[in-house]
Amino acid sequence: MPGGPAQDQGRAITEAAGANPQLSGQAGSDTTTQSLPAASPNDQGSFSPWGSFSRNSPLAALILQRLALSVALLFAVSLMIFGGVEALPGDFATTYLGQSATPQAVENIRKDLGLDQPATTRYFTWLGGALQGDFGTSWASRNSVSEQIGKRLGNSLFLAFFAAIISIPLAIGLGMLAVQFRDRLVDKVINVFSLAAISLPEFFVGYLLILFFAVQMGVATFPATVYDGMDFTQRLSAIALPTATLVLVVLAHMMRMTRAAILNVMSSAYVETAELKGLSGLRIIARHAAPNAVAPVINVIALNLAYLVVGVVVVEVVFVYPGMGQYMVDAVTVRDMPVVQACGLIFAAFYIFLNMTADILAIVANPRLRHPR
Amino acid sequence: MPERSKTDLLSVRNLKIEATSYPPGEPPKTVTLVEGVNFDVKKGKVIGLIGESGAGKSTIGLTALAYGRGGVRITGGEVLLDGQDLLKLDHAGIRKVRGAKVCYVAQSAAAAFNPAHRLGEQVIEASLRHGIMNRAEAEKRALHLFEVLGLPNPETFGQRYPHQVSGGQLQRAMTAMALCPNPELIVFDEPTTALDVTTQIDVLAAIKHAIEETHTAAIYITHDLAVVAQITDDILVLRHGKMVEYGTVKQIIEAPTQDYTRALVNVRGTGREEATDQSDTLLKVENITAGYSNGFKVLQNVSLHLPKGQTLAIVGESGSGKSTLARVITGLLPPQEGTVTFDGKPLPPALRGRKNEELRRIQMIYQMADTAMNPRQTVRNIVGRPLTFYFGMHGRQKTERVRELLDQIEMGERFLDRYPAELSGGQKQRVAIARALAAKPDLILCDEPTSALDPLVAEGILKLLLKLQEETHVSYMFITHDIAIVRAIADSVAVMHRGRLVRFGPKSKVLSPPFDDYTDLLLKSVPEMEIGWLEKVLKTRRMESAGN
Amino acid sequence: MRLRAIPLSAWIGIAGIALALFCAIFAPFIAPYGESEIVGDIWAPMGGDFLFGTDNLGRDLLSRLIYGARTTIFVALAATILSFSLGMLLSFVAAVTGGFVDQLFSRFNDLMMAIPTLIFALVVLAVLPQQLWILILVMAILDSTRVYRIGRAVALDVAVMEFVEAARLRGEGTGWIIFREILPNTLSPLLAEFGLRFAFSILFLSTLSFLGLGIQPPAADWGGMVKDNKDGIIFGISAALIPGAAIALLTICINLVVDWLMKRTSSLKGGRGDA
Repeated sequence: MPGGPAQDQGRAITEAAGANPQLSGQAGSDTTTQSLPAASPNDQGSFSPWGSFSRNSPLAALILQRLALSVALLFAVSLMIFGGVEALPGDFATTYLGQSATPQAVENIRKDLGLDQPATTRYFTWLGGALQGDFGTSWASRNSVSEQIGKRLGNSLFLAFFAAIISIPLAIGLGMLAVQFRDRLVDKVINVFSLAAISLPEFFVGYLLILFFAVQMGVATFPATVYDGMDFTQRLSAIALPTATLVLVVLAHMMRMTRAAILNVMSSAYVETAELKGLSGLRIIARHAAPNAVAPVINVIALNLAYLVVGVVVVEVVFVYPGMGQYMVDAVTVRDMPVVQACGLIFAAFYIFLNMTADILAIVANPRLRHPR
Repeated sequence: MPERSKTDLLSVRNLKIEATSYPPGEPPKTVTLVEGVNFDVKKGKVIGLIGESGAGKSTIGLTALAYGRGGVRITGGEVLLDGQDLLKLDHAGIRKVRGAKVCYVAQSAAAAFNPAHRLGEQVIEASLRHGIMNRAEAEKRALHLFEVLGLPNPETFGQRYPHQVSGGQLQRAMTAMALCPNPELIVFDEPTTALDVTTQIDVLAAIKHAIEETHTAAIYITHDLAVVAQITDDILVLRHGKMVEYGTVKQIIEAPTQDYTRALVNVRGTGREEATDQSDTLLKVENITAGYSNGFKVLQNVSLHLPKGQTLAIVGESGSGKSTLARVITGLLPPQEGTVTFDGKPLPPALRGRKNEELRRIQMIYQMADTAMNPRQTVRNIVGRPLTFYFGMHGRQKTERVRELLDQIEMGERFLDRYPAELSGGQKQRVAIARALAAKPDLILCDEPTSALDPLVAEGILKLLLKLQEETHVSYMFITHDIAIVRAIADSVAVMHRGRLVRFGPKSKVLSPPFDDYTDLLLKSVPEMEIGWLEKVLKTRRMESAGN
Repeated sequence: MRLRAIPLSAWIGIAGIALALFCAIFAPFIAPYGESEIVGDIWAPMGGDFLFGTDNLGRDLLSRLIYGARTTIFVALAATILSFSLGMLLSFVAAVTGGFVDQLFSRFNDLMMAIPTLIFALVVLAVLPQQLWILILVMAILDSTRVYRIGRAVALDVAVMEFVEAARLRGEGTGWIIFREILPNTLSPLLAEFGLRFAFSILFLSTLSFLGLGIQPPAADWGGMVKDNKDGIIFGISAALIPGAAIALLTICINLVVDWLMKRTSSLKGGRGDA
């Protein structure tokens, strides 16, 4: 799924800024202690224990709020994944057996799959199981879903991990390079290439790499099969091409967002102040720009990692890599609902977790919250 | 062109500054911002650069640090500091001047301080980096400067982060930061403009005290002649990037030679007598308490009234609740308690509950005419919409009426099809007035309609408002922080402070003693166009505090 | 606006989009063969009778590419227009009404966005019957969450302006405020956003088709064509890359135009301070 993080960029920034509306602009009254409270969401119920807690340590309060929000979100998502499937038309037993099945067979399979029980019962059974790591049995293979996921999740994370540790430093480096040479040739070249890279579908990049490196040059392996008993270096060589694909796809986004985040800081009034103090370019960047750019850049990284978890789906299909993504896509084609639900929930959980991490890091990096009045 | 003398620290000769602008959809073009400017700053002396927005004063000020903001380029002339032309220095050479010999104080200290570092570290940074003093010396000097500038708890002030102190304190900290490396020259770029008037006077006094004590020369940039008269030795009046008049404070204030300067000095010559006749009450506000959902009350128990055809001025600093009062009257913010009565009938508290006829009778003029008019509508549509909306006018009849209104605001029909972006600040505000008039209102709420305008333009708007009041007998509720405007146009005055009404009555009573403490402070804080005013005020303050 | 103020990159983009649209509209007239007509051997090489060769079933790749432009652009455009209308309408209503409606819409939108789009689509398409209008609808609804977020931010920027307050004080209705006061002032960023959403829709549709969940055979569409021909890659047959390149080129063209539109928008805001 290309184009993911760019869409979320505005969101992350508004959330980071929105985290604390009472901070901006405080010119005016010269009396800090009695300064007029600009409406703060935390000031509600000033005398409640939560109110005094959030005043004394706004940082902890905000983080707790964000954590609670994520849990609530995850719960709501589980409800949507389950309820959405429930509310949609079509009977799975019929789908499962085909249109020609006898009513008796349909009835049997319904009972077998537990579909005859009320939806709420099934939801809580499912959720209770999911919380303990039990996602039921696959309709198609009759295997335990959790067992399958256990193996494949590791593979997917292995792939995503390597893609991340390569793309993050590369993206930040290139982003800083683009800022350093902004509006000059280097910047323009990087801009054109990243614009093109954003526009490429993952599968196109993947097949291009396969054709070139695996088929024509024969330096890489395809398909990227991994199995138990493979040693580490063998695994690494197997995931070389899928990792490269993911890096190429995620790099452009991350780099463009990094560039924008740093440029935003570089055009601020306090960087101008530093410049008018006669400081060296290096010191301006290291001492005045960097501390303020950390939060937005971390945000960018976390958002792109969240995207990476999803980008894995297509790349796994392209390279026939035995990960979560392929598992889910296969399940979708045969309408194996327990697997689809389990994979959907796990992907969503990762996504929510990484977005939460991004927000929390942004909160922690904000000096205004670290050092309350 | 004056000759450079030995005592001149900075000499600016024949300065020319250009910038490239990128109008959307057109090829870039070069505009000249400043041309033919000459002035000198003697050691230990202060020069004031004064002019309207767009006069190029900040741009000129920054040339003392050989700095152009955005795409601004210094393309001609000389900027001699101690005989050395800054414009001929390479980058490393310029860096040695910035933050060491010449320092800068920005208008918005809140934005100019780095939020990630403690104030103390930022204040001493330049001194350390330029090797002017070691850390112990720099910290000692910073402490001394915090004391001189009257900052609270100077010993621990440096430990705080920028967001932990108030705007006035930040502005003083910025001054300390500029003074710390013992520079020869400081550029103050409207350091008190963003502050409230009662805060401004303290900061002004602190700055003046500090530069006198350290014998630092300064360029003081402002649009307020009364402020500059308190602090500088010489004044350079600028307009459209060119010099208008250059002389000593005494000469400029007491014997200006140019018409433009004269107008600046004599601004607000308008005025009129307070209305004494007792006409019927148009607007009555009783016991209004209003606030936001978090429980904070912006207005507490405010009651006042306004007779037909008269002007009520609401005075107060930012945060006093004066704009909130206007929001309550318009129905944008329904009050928690209290009532608003209009022409004898109670007004429904919320906007939604009001009939169009009720809405028509109360119109509003905003501070920023820029944002108060839809940039995608022409003057014809902006002024014409109320005519269609309230009176169902269309076609010729409507156009005719829009023309009449444009005549009333002293703008011709050639403006009919212009967009707001094609108008000057004053013209925009006039169109906003015409839009209000189009509804034939009984009351116009004016929310600081002149405070974003340059003094001469503001003067014109005030005159227009007075003329329109005579013609149409409309009432004004005029929100302002400017006492001079109150004196000029009000019949009655309400002074607000922190959400409460501290004083209300006819102008002659409110603005004459005996005063309550706040009104006294407010009135005394307004700079007057008089040399030595600041010292006089400070002296009376000291006497009062000694007397207590 | 003058034509010569448009940079070269934007011209390239406009030309590319125009070419794709031309193919889409006049597909039956310019395609040398039929959409699913088997005309030769499996995976015939490029050149000769078939400019791009043939596909896994021996159909002319160029013809399928031209017909594919039609399907891909039609579905993506329909989904984008739908998602845009939906997202804009809801976001503007939320921004103008504020209060409870705004909270309700925005929280629900947050929830929708908490699930990655592709995963959401996979879950939903697993249960729904495979029909074109359902595909368009699913794409549109998922995408409208992004439109909603941007639309609300843009509309709020404008809605707090005093000219909107002035219209409210005049007693204008919500319709007037949205269509006469806010919309004309948000067109430029929204146009850029529309381009971005369109590019995204093309990529998203192609991805779904590639995974076998988008447009169903035998209709030609670019993502599906990659899927059809992917097995040839291992034999060094590049048939799968041609539709892939078509997707990439069209998206690049759209992004070039969007890039220019965005720069134009940001330069409208101008600099800061007293010049």
